This record gives sequence, structure tokens and C-alpha cells, in this order.
Amino acid sequence: MSFSKVYPDAKSALQGIKDNMTVVVGGFGLCGIPENLILALRDSGVRDLTCVSNNAGVDDFGLGLLLQTRQIKKMVSSYVGENATFEKQFLSGELEVELCPQGTLAERIRAGGAGIPAFYTPTGVGTKVAEGKDTREFDGRTYVMERGITGDFALVKAWKGDKFGNLVFRKTARNFNPMVATAGKITVAEVEELVEIGELDPDQIHTPGIFVQRIIQGPRFEKRIEQRTVRK
Amino acid sequence: MPLTREQITKRIAQEVKPGFVVNLGIGIPTLVANFISPEMGVMLQSENGLLGLGPFPSEAEIDADLINAGKQTVTTLPGASFFSSADSFAMIRGGHVDLTVLGAMQVDMEGSIANWMIPGKMVKGMGGAMDLVAGAKRVVVAMEHVAKDGSHKLLKRCSLPLTGVGCIQRIVTDYGVLDPAGNCFRLLEYAPDLTPEDVIKATGAPVELAPDIKPMRID
Repeated sequence: MSFSKVYPDAKSALQGIKDNMTVVVGGFGLCGIPENLILALRDSGVRDLTCVSNNAGVDDFGLGLLLQTRQIKKMVSSYVGENATFEKQFLSGELEVELCPQGTLAERIRAGGAGIPAFYTPTGVGTKVAEGKDTREFDGRTYVMERGITGDFALVKAWKGDKFGNLVFRKTARNFNPMVATAGKITVAEVEELVEIGELDPDQIHTPGIFVQRIIQGPRFEKRIEQRTVRK
Repeated sequence: MPLTREQITKRIAQEVKPGFVVNLGIGIPTLVANFISPEMGVMLQSENGLLGLGPFPSEAEIDADLINAGKQTVTTLPGASFFSSADSFAMIRGGHVDLTVLGAMQVDMEGSIANWMIPGKMVKGMGGAMDLVAGAKRVVVAMEHVAKDGSHKLLKRCSLPLTGVGCIQRIVTDYGVLDPAGNCFRLLEYAPDLTPEDVIKATGAPVELAPDIKPMRID
């Protein structure tokens, strides 16, 4: 195969990323985040990004790094309680924030990637979240219309991937990554183990390679744990 | 004396029936898992993408790729499965989860709940709470009956931004067990060291006594 999706490093895999772009990022808390791509995004110096991600990392890891450098103009998230920088920038009006219920966010990204511009959900009806949005009754229950989400770039992290971009996730590090992978004009995956085409069992692939345009072998994974809890 | 957190937790565990799939929120609800016996065949769902949640790991079992919705390291039980967040909320929104237990800052007699935002003060976000209250078959709230400053948390109408409208079925507090009944709360059980009158006084809405009202049983 002459055409390859494999890039030498995170920096080159982000080629073409510009100010004001929308970047959809996988992960839940710090679990399953594309940590190498986030570092490269910070180092690229692009600004005024709209980031769509369930959480905003912590102050010094994950997307929190891009908040510290003020590269993010707007965040679309469901829960940001772990990040003091976020709260400060939001309350001061410096950071624009769209809080979106977690299931609605997952479905908005899934819909966006699946070519569905909007859908109706019962979540959030009668709350702030539904304010200004179209509502409609189906079978006697009220639903609110939510829009699909796509991004200029989508960044995901997988356990294993092959050179066609087929991805396998591990345990709860899957979380938002499969939907995020479908939602980017350019989807970049970083993997812990990059293998040859044919090495992954087709029955075990979570994200088919069609959704992935670029793939890198991550040089190192800190895989930081947010709440280290053990049995007594 | 009102109940302790552990006593509230034990009373909530009685809401869990054999064979249920249950989603437990962060805080008191998480502790409920400690009082569900394995023989009941209950599966715990964690909305980040796990069904079959097990206890916290030993030091040697810790895995950064295996966490619950509170971002704590966990383990899995036999029969567990992993899935995407979209599939997870298909379970929740699609009415496949039998019971969810979550905390609240306020609840009201119409069954509405507020637990995600204090305007101008606290902006953490709603996480999965709005989906859970909209989609779970049964919604039980675990909370302290009265705020630390003495103000009411069980109200005629919530004053904080809502998480869901008319969606909760039961409230278990350190004072008693109450069901929202539209124009009042119905008091089903009261803490053994309190009287129904104590509960009425601590509630910011009318309270009706259930015909078979009784003291809470805490094993």
C-alpha cells in the first residue's frame, strides 16, 4: 500500500490545524484521553479553539493544559468540576462554556458523525438546557431537539490500532472515543500499540479504520489516575 | 437524632430489588454498593461505560483504564461488559436501567430535582444526572433533609436550576422516607429517634402522613 495513514509523531499528525477550529476530543476524566495529541496541540500554539470533550482535564493534565495557555475560546462539556482553572475562566467570562448533559453530548457526537443534524431527546426538558430550543411531543411525552456535533479535527486514544486505522479500546478507556472518531473531518488516533494490517481480529475491532485519517504510535503514556481508590 | 450517612445508605439499599440494574451516583449513593448482597444478582451500571461494577481494587489490581463515573479506580465482576458512552446512555435514556440513586441540593413535592448548579457560585455541570433522571425506570434521591445553614431542601418548588421535572419517585433522608405526591410530600417512614412532627417541621412543603407510616428499619 503506497498511501499510509501512519504519521511519525503527534506534531505532524496535527498538520493543518488552525486558529478558531473545532476540535472534538475523546476521553472521560483523564481516562482514555489522547494525551500525546493534547500536548502537541498545546505546543502548536493554535488559539481560539472550540473544544468538545466530556471533561476539561485537570489543571495540569489533559485539556486543562490548553486552558492554562488560554488556547481554548469555548468548551462544550458535561462536567468540569475537577478543574479550578476552568471554573475561574468561566466565572470571569473569559471562557465561553456550553454545558450539555453527558448522554446528550455522546449522542450529539454520534449523530454528527453519522450524518444526522439533529434529534429529539427527553433529557433536560423543562430545565435550562432546553431553553431556546425546539420541543416536540411524541406519544404524549415532550422531547427537546439537540444538534449533532462535528469537528474540523477529532482526537482519540485507543489501546491498539493498525495502519489502516482500525481501533481497539481497552476497558472504560473506550468511553467517548468511538463516537469522537466518527465526528472529525480529520480524525487522528494515538495508540499504545500500532500493529500491521491483518493483525487485529476483524470481530474485535471497535472503530473501523474508515473513520480514522491519521494514526500515531504514542511515544509515552502517563495514564494519570484522577481518584486512586483501593480496597481497605 | 437524625440518621448517619451509613444509616441512610443502609435504608436506600432496601430499595434495590433482586435482578435490578442500578446506577449509583457520586457520594452517599456510591456507598449503597456495600450493602447489596451478591445473592441478589444486581448489576451496577457506571455511565462512563461499564455494566458489572465491582469493588475498589487492591493496590496490585489498580488499572488506569478501569474507572467508575466518579473517576475512581474500580474492578469488574463476572458477567461485566464495557461499551461506549453512547451505548451507555442508550441503556439509561432507553429505560433499561431499573433504578438510579442520586444526591440532590433540592427536591420538591412535584418530584422535580436540582443538583447541578448554584448560579454565580458553582459550575460543575450536570454530568449524566439529567439523562439518568429522564430515563431510569425509578429515581430515588439520597440527601440530607436540611441544609447546613438550617434552610429547607425539601420544598414546594425548587429555587435552583432544575436537573429534571417531575421525575423522582422517592427521597431517603436522615429524617425519613418521603414520596413526592404533587401537592405535598407523603411521609412513609421516619427516623427511629425522631417523630413525624420533627420531619414535618424540617420540610418546606406540606407533608401528609401515609396510612401505614412507620419508623425506618435500619439493620
